[in-house]
Formats: sequence, C-alpha cells, structure tokens
Amino acid sequence: MKTSLDTLTAGARAQLVAIGGKRSFRRRLMELGLLPGCEVRVVRNVEVHGVMELEVRRSRLTVRLSEARELFVEST
Amino acid sequence: MIAANGKLVALTGNPNTGKTTLFNQLTGSSAKVGNYPGVTVEHQVGALRLDRAGPVRVMDVPGTYSLSARSAEEQLAIRAIAGLQPIERPDLVVAVVDSTQLTRNLYLVLQVIEMGLPVVVALNMVDQLEHRGDEVDVEALERELSVPIVPIVASRGEGLDQLRRTVDDVLATPALGLPGWRGTPAGPELELDIETVALELPDDWWQGDTNRRRALALWALLSVDIDDELNAIPDSVRRAVLDRRALAEVGGREIDREVIAGRYAWIDERADGFLTSAPEKKTLTDRVDRVLLHPLVGFATFVVLMAVVFQSLFTWADPAIDAIESLVGTVGSTVEGALPAGFLTDLLVSGVIGGVGSVLVFLPQILLLFFFIGLMEDTGYMARVAFLMDRIMKAIGLHGRAFVPMLSGYACAVPAILGTRTMERRRDRMLTMMVVPLMTCSARLPVYGLLIAALYPPNEEAPFAQGMLMVAMYLFSTVIALLCAFVLGRTLFKGPRVPLILEMPPYRIPHWPSVLRMMWQKSRIFLREAGTVILVCTIAMWLLLSFPKSEVEPGVDAEVAAGLQVRESYAGELGRLLEPVIEPLGFDWKIGIGLIGAFAAREVFVSTMAVVYDLSEDEDETSVALRDRVRSQRRPDGSPVFTPLTCFSLMVFFALACQCMSTLAVVKRETGSYGWPVFMFAYMTVLAWVSSLVVYQGGRLLGFE
Repeated sequence: MKTSLDTLTAGARAQLVAIGGKRSFRRRLMELGLLPGCEVRVVRNVEVHGVMELEVRRSRLTVRLSEARELFVEST
Repeated sequence: MIAANGKLVALTGNPNTGKTTLFNQLTGSSAKVGNYPGVTVEHQVGALRLDRAGPVRVMDVPGTYSLSARSAEEQLAIRAIAGLQPIERPDLVVAVVDSTQLTRNLYLVLQVIEMGLPVVVALNMVDQLEHRGDEVDVEALERELSVPIVPIVASRGEGLDQLRRTVDDVLATPALGLPGWRGTPAGPELELDIETVALELPDDWWQGDTNRRRALALWALLSVDIDDELNAIPDSVRRAVLDRRALAEVGGREIDREVIAGRYAWIDERADGFLTSAPEKKTLTDRVDRVLLHPLVGFATFVVLMAVVFQSLFTWADPAIDAIESLVGTVGSTVEGALPAGFLTDLLVSGVIGGVGSVLVFLPQILLLFFFIGLMEDTGYMARVAFLMDRIMKAIGLHGRAFVPMLSGYACAVPAILGTRTMERRRDRMLTMMVVPLMTCSARLPVYGLLIAALYPPNEEAPFAQGMLMVAMYLFSTVIALLCAFVLGRTLFKGPRVPLILEMPPYRIPHWPSVLRMMWQKSRIFLREAGTVILVCTIAMWLLLSFPKSEVEPGVDAEVAAGLQVRESYAGELGRLLEPVIEPLGFDWKIGIGLIGAFAAREVFVSTMAVVYDLSEDEDETSVALRDRVRSQRRPDGSPVFTPLTCFSLMVFFALACQCMSTLAVVKRETGSYGWPVFMFAYMTVLAWVSSLVVYQGGRLLGFE
C-alpha cells in the first residue's frame, strides 16, 4: 500500500517508491542514498518538533514531516 | 614550515568521517589557516614529510557528501579536488571513508575517481566496524575500485604509517591510484547529454583529458540550475545544461536520478562481495537519543545544558580574566614608572596597553565558548540541537542548523558570521548574518556587569538577582534576534523555505586535539579581527578625550581640572552634540561620550566612562570605585544620573545597537558590499533607539524613575 513517509511511526520499515519536492531537495536525498527502491527505517517520528529521523544505508537522516509528505513508500 | 613547492595532497570525505582528525594527525602542529584564492572560505594546509616525495602539503577540503554543488561554497569541493582555476591542482586525493557507512561514502569516492586524479582511500573507524560485527573485505574492495585502500583508526593514529607509505607510493607512481571511470552512468540519451555539455566546457577545465571532460560535464549536468549560486560557469555551459535537462524532462527522464542511481547501482551490485553486515542491534546512540531527542525531556535537557554552559562561562573564566587584568595593570604601571611622564607615555599606557588589555580580557570566555561548541560538534550533539531547534527556526524561515552560528554569536559575532559560510543558500546566510550581532556577545558583559551593579546600592549586592538579570538579558537578545529574523525573512529576504536534511552522526568520544585546535582557530579569528579594530578605536578615543588640552589655572583642584579636560575635549564636544538625541532615552552627555566610544566596540564604554568620571585607566567593571562613581553621578539639578530606569534603558540600548566596528568590517568583507553593513548598522541603531525610548519614556509614564 502506497503512503507518504510522514505517516509512518517509529520502527516501521518501508520501501521508497517516489521522491517529490524541489529539485535540489530530491538531488540531495538521492545523493545520500535515498533512492526509489531502497529500504527506509523510521527511527523516530517526533510530531512536537515536526521532524522524523530515518535510517538509510546505515546512516541516519532527519527530515521535516512537511517535507516527508512528498516522499512515498510502500510497506514491506 | 610548509614548503611552497612540495606536492599537494587534498583530503576529502563526507562530514563526520574523521577527516579533520586525520588531517590533524598527519600534519601535527604545522597546519596554517589560509583562504582559497578568489573566495573567502578558509581552509587549512599542513606539512607532511614522506620518505621519497619529501615535504608535501596536505590541504583540508570542506566535508561534503557529493561534489555536485548549488552554491559557491559547495563548489569549492569540486574546485579544490579537480584543481579548477585559480585553485592549484592536487597531485593526489586522499578520500576519507567512514567504514561503518561504507556504501554512502563510496558515492563520493566514485565521483573523485571520475575526476582523473590519483586517489588513495583511507578506510576510517575500522574499530567501530568490528565492534558492530560488520566486515569489510579490503582486498575485494580494492579490486573493485582499483585504488589503494588503507584501513585506519584516525583518532588513535592506527594505520597512519601505512597510509603515509601508500601516499608516497602513489605520488611516485600515480598510475596506482588512477583506475579510470568505475561506475559509468550508462544509457544512450545520457551519453548524448554528457557529450553536448562536454563540448561547451572551457579548455582549462579539462586540460586535454577526455575522461576528466566527461566527469566535469556530468558535474555541470547535476549542479547547474536556474537559481543556483555557482561561480564562473560560462553561459554556454549553463545554456547547454538547461537545454538538455528540459529535453530530458519532455522525454520523461530525470538526469539527476539516472546519474545518481547509476553510481549507487555500481556500488550496490558489488557490495555483497566486500561488505558483510551483521544484524542491527540497539546501539549506545539509540539509548542516548531516546533521552536527548525525547519531545519534552530532550528539550529540557538542552535548555539546562545551555544554562550550565553559560554559568561555567562566568565562573571558569573569572579567575583568568582577573589574572589578565592584573597583568595588564602591572605592565601598564611598570611602563609608566620606567618612562618619563609625558604624552607618549600616556599614549602607550592608556591607549596601547589599555587597548590590548581590553581585547585580551575577552579571550578566556571566547576560548571557553568555542571549546563547548567544538565539544558539541565533535560528540555529535550539535546535530541534535539542530533537530530540537528546527521547529522554531523553521518559523523564521531558516532551518535548525542555522542555530549553530547563532550559538557562536553568544561568544562573538565575528567568528559567528564567518560560520555562516557553511549555509547553502545566500538568502539564509544573509538573514543569519543580519541577526547574529543581536545575540549577547561577550563584549556586552562588562557593560551589563557595570550597569547591573549600579542598580544596587553599595553593600547591598544581590548575586542571585543580579545573575537572573544577566540571564534575562540573554533571553531578551535571543528572542529579539529570532523576531528580527522573522520580520527580515518575510520582507527583505523573502525566499522559498529551505528543506531540512540533517545527518545524525552516532555519538562519539571527542578527539581532544581536534577540539582544542578548533577552539584556538576560532578564537584567533576574534583576536585578529577584533584586536586591530579595538586597539585603533581605544587609541582614537583616548586622543579625542585628551585634546585639545584645556587651560587650567594653577592651583585648581586636580579633580576639577580633569572634569574640565573632559568637558572641553573633542569627545566632550561630540557628547554634547549628541545629547539632544539621547536625552529622551535618559542619557546625559557624559554617557554620550561613552556611547561614541562604544560605537567602535562595546567594551570601550567601560574604559571610557572610567576616564570620563576621572578614574585611572585600568579601572574595570569589577572595580568598586567605578561602580560607586557611577552610582554617585548627579545631573545639574542634583538628581542621580543612573536611576534604575536609565540603567535599563542603557542596557536595552547596548543589547540592540550595532556597536562593533569589527562586525561591520567582517560583514563588508563577506557580502562584498558597503550596503549590507550600512543596513545592519542602521536597522540595529534605530531598533535600539526606539526600544530605549519606549523603555525610558514608558517607564516614566508608569511612574518609575
């Protein structure tokens, strides 16, 4: 089932299927290895701070929930 | 000494890979900070002696995840590694790789290899790799990349001898580190994109090497954009890239994705051959972050931590400050005693020694603050600060990372403004730069110290209340800085919101030499920038106060004579000239003189007031005499000058006014225009005047005095 990344809670794993947003944002994410097809694990999703932490390729990235809304995943 | 003609080795890598630690380990104490030619980004060059190559220079390239760039600052990485004019072309590139995040780090390595320079990979943090149970087959990885790979633990100095030998070997036989392209992004259409752009590249970019030409064409395809902030991209290249991208989009292709996915596909297809990953387990970082990033506990911890930092700033720095003060005093009086009394001695003692002293007293606090900031960076806590602060910073149109230069602003605006260089967008950089000088820097402390002391009658000191007032001034300045950023971000610096992408490195034990070195380098910036300006201004202020010499009838009391001198000096005249403007704020002409001095540098206020109130020059804010003198000042009608309301009004003025020549000079240099420093000066001064007016007149209306 395809959902936007920001809806996932801590511990969830999913496969990235599409990246939206501005070109520079997409390019930077892809260069960090967040490419369509890769597996993403949600480390934490902190609504109060408006951000979520992801694990991709053994490294951890924080993105905003508002921007994670443009990333789409399929649960694995 | 760093030999000017030795071979040049560039050190590159992702952020948080221990690149700087390795640099420090390799070059020891020889590192010098310099600017890249043509841009004001600082970099370090250090010396390294190799058996065969002899003395070589090692250059630290800013940490980056990729060579593609959006801004002139990011562009530095490609310019330094490829050796684009005017930066010297390196003879070898050492790519520092965090072995615990191998595949992502290899992405940059592939890009560096494409540029056609000999490469050596330093596989760092192999101890942590073992600890986690992962395994990297170095020989297999070496076979795939075809460049020498040396496993190291930079923080403990392990593997460095081998690394030095390998660098020496490759410098002697460059072919060892020149494998040619590895993951060639394929596809006939992409090939055409590359060729089309390659044809437009200036000859001096690719220097007759067709592989390098392809690599730079690929770089341009990924980097150039309609709204990029890159330097020295020929229009023809720009047009070619935009045309090809538009064409690709029509055909439903995305060039960025084809290139990036191409490189990662090359890595991932081979990863099984060189990388064995153990199953994930909970790490120390997980447990610590559970607390430090907790929605409530995490934020509270951050606030408490900051309070502790500021508290220790005062308590730890105090003895050092006292020592410096008494040293300056001793030097002053020794010189005074050794030389015949006269104008030059006066200038030397009051102007030069006093001026140098007034800069040096800030050093302990600035060193300490940069020590804490370095510690936060090195342990990985700074990324957590950005995480916690992002929501607030987002509201003002910046992202969490922008809070870091603001934190440095608590020490001194000058290095903080230089710290904004790491920001990706010019708009964010400008916005941050404009509000950083509002943060309570250490130059305001002596002024607050004097005024807060003056609020209380003698023998009725209340350390707790006074301390709380100080904290209130910090809070006030932070809130105002954020508010100003909010307003400026919605008016003058309108722009699209910047997305946040923040790497959260695992917590690490700090590498002390690196922390100490960073502390010293930042503080040196302060000494260099502020030192010259403050010294010149102190001397100028002293001259303005000493001339013209007033004629004193013989027999007149010394105190009266000194008062007359101040009144009739150029400074006194300026102060009275200023009086109509500052009277509504509750200040008299003597405070006016102090303000004139303080416009050069805030702390000059204290020493100027000491002169104005006829005290010897080595008085400072902690001296009881000056406090008493301030308390006992009377207006012509006999009412006290420093009423609580005047003190508050003056503190608000000092919190908001742009009274720092060094800051303005740095803003001029960083923005390359006189317009921005003028704007900064104007908006802050107006803000200060209006706010003080509101405090003073509003307070009077409410019946305070």
